[in-house]
Amino acid sequence: MTQATLVMFGVFVGIALVITYWAAGRSTSSRGFYAAHREISGAQNGWAIAGDYMSGASFLGVAGLVAFYGFDGFLYAAGWLVAYVVVLLLLAEPLRNAGRYTVADVIAFRLGGSAVRAVAALTTLSVTLFYMVAQVVGAGSIVNMLVQRLDEPVAIAIAGFLMIIYVLFGGMLATTWVQIIKGILLIGATMLLTVLVLLHFGFSLPAMVTAVNAQQLLQPGHYFGGPQGPLDTLSLALALVIGTAGLPHILMRFFTVPSARAARLSVGWAMGIIGIFYLLTTVVGFGAATIVGKEHIGKHVTDTQAIRYIAHADPQQRPQLNADLLRDGYIVPREDSNLAAPVLAHALGGPLMAAFIAAVAFSTILAVVVGLTIAASGAFAHDIWYVLVRRRQGSDHEQMLVARTTALLVGFISIILGIKLRGVNVAFLVGLAFAVAASANVPALLLSLTWKRFTRFAAIASMLTGLIVSLGLIAVSPEVLHEHAIFPLQNPGVVSIPLSFAVAVIATFLRRDKESEANFGQLQVRANTGLGAEL
Amino acid sequence: MQHRHVTAREWDELAADPEFTALLRARRRFVIPATCIFLLVFLGLPAGLIAQPSLMSSTLPGGLTVAYAYGLSLFVVAWLLLALYLRAAKSFDDRAAAFVERAHAELSK
Repeated sequence: MTQATLVMFGVFVGIALVITYWAAGRSTSSRGFYAAHREISGAQNGWAIAGDYMSGASFLGVAGLVAFYGFDGFLYAAGWLVAYVVVLLLLAEPLRNAGRYTVADVIAFRLGGSAVRAVAALTTLSVTLFYMVAQVVGAGSIVNMLVQRLDEPVAIAIAGFLMIIYVLFGGMLATTWVQIIKGILLIGATMLLTVLVLLHFGFSLPAMVTAVNAQQLLQPGHYFGGPQGPLDTLSLALALVIGTAGLPHILMRFFTVPSARAARLSVGWAMGIIGIFYLLTTVVGFGAATIVGKEHIGKHVTDTQAIRYIAHADPQQRPQLNADLLRDGYIVPREDSNLAAPVLAHALGGPLMAAFIAAVAFSTILAVVVGLTIAASGAFAHDIWYVLVRRRQGSDHEQMLVARTTALLVGFISIILGIKLRGVNVAFLVGLAFAVAASANVPALLLSLTWKRFTRFAAIASMLTGLIVSLGLIAVSPEVLHEHAIFPLQNPGVVSIPLSFAVAVIATFLRRDKESEANFGQLQVRANTGLGAEL
Repeated sequence: MQHRHVTAREWDELAADPEFTALLRARRRFVIPATCIFLLVFLGLPAGLIAQPSLMSSTLPGGLTVAYAYGLSLFVVAWLLLALYLRAAKSFDDRAAAFVERAHAELSK
């Protein structure tokens, strides 16, 4: 790629930094850092939710999965949109009314006790980290594509450091504005790419469907194949539809609005934007499959780099690679589905278009990571440090210091994990994060808001079961252990989600918890009417 | 207004207030069926892939497979439920606001 590419890239990153700097002066208190002073409007928050959600993983990952596997990739898009129905109906308004800064605040509202808060903070940290690794991997793919001479681990590290800088200075207000601007940019870029794809097919959808059908991409089972394929699909579907309701960085957004009505409207805005975005992204994916072809989706290596690569390649592959280089002027050493959208942009609009898409995707990732890091540092600094360790005695200044240190640590850990997981499709990684969120957070959150008898013990049991079982099953799944896998499915959702709900119910009936029951009236009134939310 | 501490007993009285319980019931009458219908429709897609794989991968006139058309229809279902809920929730808001106003008046007595 050219210098123009890097310049455009720099401009994008720079703009986001300026916003961050502007907002830094305005988020000096913890209320500002976590909840943007509760002054964000419904429409603004809707764009910010959409911005948070249309992560680099959604854009790059879904486009890539659709390009490589067709329908199975589309299922991710469908699941991610419709999941908001659950958030809308069950969580948005109660959360806004009962919450303060973190998800643990809501779960601990009437269950009380340090242990509940500590476990809730632990699940928040785990989900966030998982989600974040996916973003870092995506960012690494992009930087690696833009700068040929960089090794992928170096690219991931650079991307990660840029992200850390944002969070350290920003806070929730900066994040909200970065999300809004980035959301608009991303929708714009995706529309542009969609128009170019449709232009290629003479604006004839039937022509496009025919081309897609030539590759059998509308058939289910390309990604989740084999005898257990349909069960794999069910497991993923369950994780996607329930998981959104357990994503800390999305749930936190409901604490930033001034009323339940604004919370509801923000989901409305988000569902409109996100739905359109995913429909467009599938067109982009199919465009990449039909116009570029998946064997060309990956880092393009040209000139001396390509010649050096071929010289060191497996002798059997050399004739093919040489032929590719002669024909295309580049080779693709390794397919990388995360690059479907930028590679398509390159094919349709040249290097500048590719640079634009890559820059948008990268700033997307930056913005999402900032939101994630705030959720993670909130869980640690607010729930564990301020409430548990300091017993609500520490100064606000100290809490902010801890929050920023946590952000730094979380950033480093995700860079390291991101380097280990490079090349894995990022939408797939995010799908796993959803399974962990759905299993560890959702049952406890939902039942603590709605079931009077629900107990402290049951919440802890359910959160720990969900967390341990989902992480454990991922650790022995085919993606990690390949042919030695003990658990046959790629996504643990179908086992871990029902199990976590069951544990929550059974544990509740084992022992009564009068104290938690006594506080239920207050929670119910507050969650449903907003009475007391501003006391 | 000046805020004061609201005791647990007062919260319980508010929670047992007929106006509040009626609001809660009205909300549930919408939310519970809507959630159930939504989950059934959504999980129908993977269930269909398990139970009727050949039907789901058969092609409709126009070139889409049944599975893909089902997936697209989920977008419509989600937006439809959103519209229905936004309409229903307006009356919940009004009732909640009236309740909060009365509660404030009673608590500050």
